[in-house]
Amino acid sequence: MIFEVFRQEKKGAAFTHAGSVAAPDAVFAEAFAHEQYGRRHESVALWVVPRDAVREVTDFPDELSKTYHRVDGYSLKAKLKEARERAGAASP
Amino acid sequence: MDEQAFLEYVQSGGQVETGDWMPDEYRTKLVKFIEMHGNSELMGVLPEREWILRAPTLQRKLALTAKVQDEVGHAQLIYRVVEDLGKPRARCLEDLVSGKAKFHNVFHYPTKTWGDVGVIAWLVDAAAIISQKALLKCSYAPYARIMKKICWEESFHILHGRDVILTLMNGTDEQRELVQEAVTRWWGPLMQFHGNPIAAEDDPMFVWRIKSQGNEEARQQFLDGYVPQIWELGLTVPDPKLRKRDKGVWEYTEPDWDELKHVVTGHGPKTQERLDLRRHMLDQEAWVRSVVLAEAA
Repeated sequence: MIFEVFRQEKKGAAFTHAGSVAAPDAVFAEAFAHEQYGRRHESVALWVVPRDAVREVTDFPDELSKTYHRVDGYSLKAKLKEARERAGAASP
Repeated sequence: MDEQAFLEYVQSGGQVETGDWMPDEYRTKLVKFIEMHGNSELMGVLPEREWILRAPTLQRKLALTAKVQDEVGHAQLIYRVVEDLGKPRARCLEDLVSGKAKFHNVFHYPTKTWGDVGVIAWLVDAAAIISQKALLKCSYAPYARIMKKICWEESFHILHGRDVILTLMNGTDEQRELVQEAVTRWWGPLMQFHGNPIAAEDDPMFVWRIKSQGNEEARQQFLDGYVPQIWELGLTVPDPKLRKRDKGVWEYTEPDWDELKHVVTGHGPKTQERLDLRRHMLDQEAWVRSVVLAEAA
């Protein structure tokens, strides 16, 4: 069986994918992952997950070019300039 | 995507994952290249393993044991990548012990003295790390990713090697002589290590961007980085032609390409003995695999 291994470098950090190990069962997988990804104390915790349990999603269509939920969907420069000019013209 | 589009994709820096479509030729080349790397890690521990019991101090014994464990760990990581490309580890090992698959030239030679152990960890690992750093940009992403961990561990090995060498160089005349003899013995194989100076554009491994630099480029990097380190210790290199030209290019005597070919095709001084040991270990430990696999089933 193949197990995917995720490692956490220090407390509070996100777990990141480290690699995979081949093992006959979960107990061996934990031992192999511990040796392979933690023996130099480079990890404080590991997640060892059967590869079959990982659901991969890769399709992210954007037919409507939705920009309103991203920061690059808002270009304020020109509008701000105009608004400042109008405010300046209105002031005594 | 067709083969031409794929080629353009990898040549412009694109990376490929295991499940992505890839041309058969690319997959075949990848398996051959990565498997050879895995074999080299696995066979590469044998010359050093021979010295674990003879290492001069407890500290050195532990460090050498840890290095051997690292290299076997690299073999495991690399064989994992090969497995995901379609060739099981058991078949890689079969092809290795039958002599069908190859491993790097430097691991076919004997380690005569403790000086050789130092030179392997220092200069052989240095040559290897230059090749491996060029794989960090490999077009096959899973291979590029494990290379990060491998390069990180190799950098300890080089320090261990330099420490062994510096300790000997600060010792007696006899110890310094030991190092000089080892450098002299290893120079030929080191110069052959990066392969013949085929132009990068003609090297299929570069064309598919499995490697990101040509053979000669790697050798020049090695010479540039390490010849000064060798010279500054008062050591000499057995090549009267070796010098750096004005343009910064190193000139050297043509390496013995016939020897390289002869050695990697299974005719090195230690090839058969080391393959015999691998075969013996595989047979001897077969019962462990059968017990473990039966229990898990």
